[in-house]
Amino acid sequence: MFWLEVVLKVLVVLLGMLTLALVVIYAELKIGAHMQNRIGPYYAGGRYGWAQPLADALKFIQKEDLVPRGADKTVFKAAPYIVVMATLAAFVVIPAGPDLVGVDLDLGVFYLLAISSLTTLGVLMAGWASANKYSLIGGLRAAAQLIAYELPLVLAVVAVVVQAGTMSLNGIVEAQAETWFTIGSVEVSAPFILKGQIIGFIIFGIAAVAELSRIPFDMPIAESELTMGYLTEYSSLRFTMFFLAEYASIVLLSAIAATLYLGGYWAPWVPEDALNAFGPLILLAKVAILTFVVIWIRWTWPRLREDQLQSLAWRWLIPLALFNILVIATFKVVG
Amino acid sequence: MAANKRISFPFVGLYKGMWVTLRTLFKKPPTVMYPDVKEIPVPRARGVISLDTEACTVCMLCSRECPDWCIYIEGHKEEVPPSKPGGRVRTRAKLDRFDIDYALCMYCGICVEVCPFDALFWSPEYEYSEHSIADMLHNKDRLSDWLQTVPDPPGLESS
Repeated sequence: MFWLEVVLKVLVVLLGMLTLALVVIYAELKIGAHMQNRIGPYYAGGRYGWAQPLADALKFIQKEDLVPRGADKTVFKAAPYIVVMATLAAFVVIPAGPDLVGVDLDLGVFYLLAISSLTTLGVLMAGWASANKYSLIGGLRAAAQLIAYELPLVLAVVAVVVQAGTMSLNGIVEAQAETWFTIGSVEVSAPFILKGQIIGFIIFGIAAVAELSRIPFDMPIAESELTMGYLTEYSSLRFTMFFLAEYASIVLLSAIAATLYLGGYWAPWVPEDALNAFGPLILLAKVAILTFVVIWIRWTWPRLREDQLQSLAWRWLIPLALFNILVIATFKVVG
Repeated sequence: MAANKRISFPFVGLYKGMWVTLRTLFKKPPTVMYPDVKEIPVPRARGVISLDTEACTVCMLCSRECPDWCIYIEGHKEEVPPSKPGGRVRTRAKLDRFDIDYALCMYCGICVEVCPFDALFWSPEYEYSEHSIADMLHNKDRLSDWLQTVPDPPGLESS
């Protein structure tokens, strides 16, 4: 029974992640196209080009699996697995309902931040092992960027943890579901974004987009100067794995942001016992909105220069995040 | 306030950009689904150059002016018997070869402009892609066939 449960959970996370990643890829193709006054995928799959991401994946798999001659073969081959595993492992603690959670860790937030930093390791390994100067510079840039933006990310989350008083993700959602104040007999509860975490949410959003190394923070894979950065030497299935992991992490970080700031699987006026049924849908709706914003930003804004990118993190976001913690902690103590 | 004063609202350009992309997202793209739906080009579109062999005098002006040197012309002189007895025998240029290599052509239209005998015309026809690059060389017959697709010239301006 225990093993059945474990296998089921693994399958759900695995298939769920893959499906969501493909859906996000399709959304990106289609939304991006329409934002540029194009149609985008049209013929694949009969209608609306819905099978385009599947066709792309099939095409990538057919390609020759190349390993450069000077590459550090073991590290080169291991890097995509680490990236995918780190992304997959993070999904385990995201609650989709009061009981619909892989493992409800007491240190859920801590686990999430720790495991999502593993992606950096994979990227750095890929850059280092490729025996290619573009890859190396891309990997180093990724490392520098992810270190710079990990700090505001963590500091923004600290404020949430302070306000919720727990590090369990389920606990954080429950803290947002609690009654905030009552007007007459109507109990009003609000997610943290309305309870003074708006600055924290913005910091988290910027840092999350930077963690994803997407435009406007895509210096690690800046095509115009680094070809494809740490991805330059990858082809075939290994490239597909990086690609899927990238899009799965969009879903992942959207889900984390939704859980921490937007109330996760909880929504106002949904009865407590219906949350297990409707929770996943509510969470998905919130994730969809955040993912749309991420895609929207990508097709609108230009890329930041490397020094602008660093100065934004160190000179603006980190002080702001510290100030945010101070304010939140003060209100927590006073109120 | 001076007209060129910068708006001090922070990151206003970023929000404007977001608004532009959001608006464009809900606009209908002007795409024409080409193989299924065919776009009708304007009459003056530069699709393909057609040749009126009757008008051509093998003067080679188009070939010489062509920046890509993609027009190949060969011809010879023919003796035309005198129209009246005792008249002089006249020579006349006869066109043997007139090829345009559309693989090289850059559609500048200088040959059409430069032709003093109105032997070259623009046609808006555009569907003549080939599997082999050698087939992009259109010979005299093929260029004359394009002549049927040339639209009538616009009427003279009144007044």
